[in-house]
Amino acid sequence: MWHDAKVVLFKDLAVEWQSKVALRQVLPFVLTVVLLFAFGLDRVLINDPLISADTVPVAYVAPGVFWLAVLFSSVMLIQRSISSELDDGAWDQLRLWGLDPAGVFVGKTLAVAIQLLIIELMLGAVVLLGFGATVPNTVSSWSLIVTVMVIATIALSAVASCYAALSAGIRVRETLVPVLLLPITVPLLLASVQAWQGALTSETAVGWAWVRVDAVFAVIYGAVGVLAYGALMEE
Amino acid sequence: MNQTTTQSTAQPAARPPVEHSSASSTPPSLLTDGRTTSWLLGLSALALLATVAVLAVTTPAPDYVQGEASRLIYVHPATAWVSYAAFATNVVCAVLWLWPRTRKIGWDHAAGAAAHIGVFFVTMTFVLGAIWGRGTWGTFFRLRDARMASTLVLLLMYLGVVTLRQLPASPTTRARRTALGSILAFLNVPIVHFSVKWWDTLHQGPTLAKPERPSIDGMPLATMLLSFVAFTVLFSWLMIHRVRIERWNDALLGDDLDAAIALRQGEGRVSAAEATA
Repeated sequence: MWHDAKVVLFKDLAVEWQSKVALRQVLPFVLTVVLLFAFGLDRVLINDPLISADTVPVAYVAPGVFWLAVLFSSVMLIQRSISSELDDGAWDQLRLWGLDPAGVFVGKTLAVAIQLLIIELMLGAVVLLGFGATVPNTVSSWSLIVTVMVIATIALSAVASCYAALSAGIRVRETLVPVLLLPITVPLLLASVQAWQGALTSETAVGWAWVRVDAVFAVIYGAVGVLAYGALMEE
Repeated sequence: MNQTTTQSTAQPAARPPVEHSSASSTPPSLLTDGRTTSWLLGLSALALLATVAVLAVTTPAPDYVQGEASRLIYVHPATAWVSYAAFATNVVCAVLWLWPRTRKIGWDHAAGAAAHIGVFFVTMTFVLGAIWGRGTWGTFFRLRDARMASTLVLLLMYLGVVTLRQLPASPTTRARRTALGSILAFLNVPIVHFSVKWWDTLHQGPTLAKPERPSIDGMPLATMLLSFVAFTVLFSWLMIHRVRIERWNDALLGDDLDAAIALRQGEGRVSAAEATA
């Protein structure tokens, strides 16, 4: 499984390196989303007591904006990941090579997760700086931020890979994937936002409690992907 | 949706007792045609629902504080129960279809039927809950309520399953999609439930005073329990007929209109035979 996973992972990353879709399209898209949030949330976001006294602290708003933007970019990335397979019958080629479906799942999931993490690093910096949120300079806050990012991203990539494979052969998949995927990600979004809020407000104990939800999600959908990707690929 | 009207007209459609020469060679199975079981279940559902309706309006309102609105306890919990039962049926049938040893197209029909019925009843639960909420909390809908939020997520997830099922495909492809989509959605149900509940209790605070679960006994309790039985019988009856629709749809899907008609008339043939026996 791991050998096949490595093959698929490097193949997908090589495709991205050649086409730079994540960097040139998905990243500008999520930055735009963040900018639009800034306009849309206007008064809520202004962290300036001179302008308004009763605004919500950015420590509560910034994590929500960040993780929503991550969700949207995951939809784009997974569409890209699957559509690159469908051109010229590449999907059937993958199956003909006799690769272990579990390996294909792990490889594709990790490829999406790595691209997402790179996007998240830039996005996180923009959200934190742009909205004026500060991470308390403690080990527990920073380790919480990073742990949530890694676990939630893997969980999100795993469930997205499952739905991408499920809708691979469907003509309306561009609209279908978000409709199927986004309701499923509710607990993931909830847990990640709560955990980040815990980190930004120095309530790390609450934050770490929420990491468990992310972890359970990652384990469940990771296991489903490994076990059922063969059936999912038959699409 | 077909089942929307069934509550009031809980009777199977009358079928012409016609002998037909070109009837299907495979006789309809006991549980999927409209024969005795269906009549029995349909009439029982009708009688039970009528009894619940009469008791619900004649017994005193079960909660003094909430007044008349609390009579919704005779409908709302029962519809919620049916939706959970339907989603559980859906995932069991999905697994049975996926498992190579038990793979039969009938499991897919049952899974699809259960998903449709579940979506209908979860919508009912949501609407009735909103009406109840208006009566007691003063608001139809509040996203920051754990049960409302998780019910809405449940509804959206299973709408996805139904959508997936309705895309044009061969029966086998559709069955695989339904089975996998159902399992992916079902696994999320406990995670959504607990995470949303946790979120509500951790940060909600006492802004939205939820009514204490009314201590219920005597006639109100009996009526409530009867409502669960009535809606469960209704669910079984709807399952039978929804599965029939799935079978006809499949026959139509293969452009096999003749087979669909033969199937339908085969049912009539059997009931005619029953009538004369």
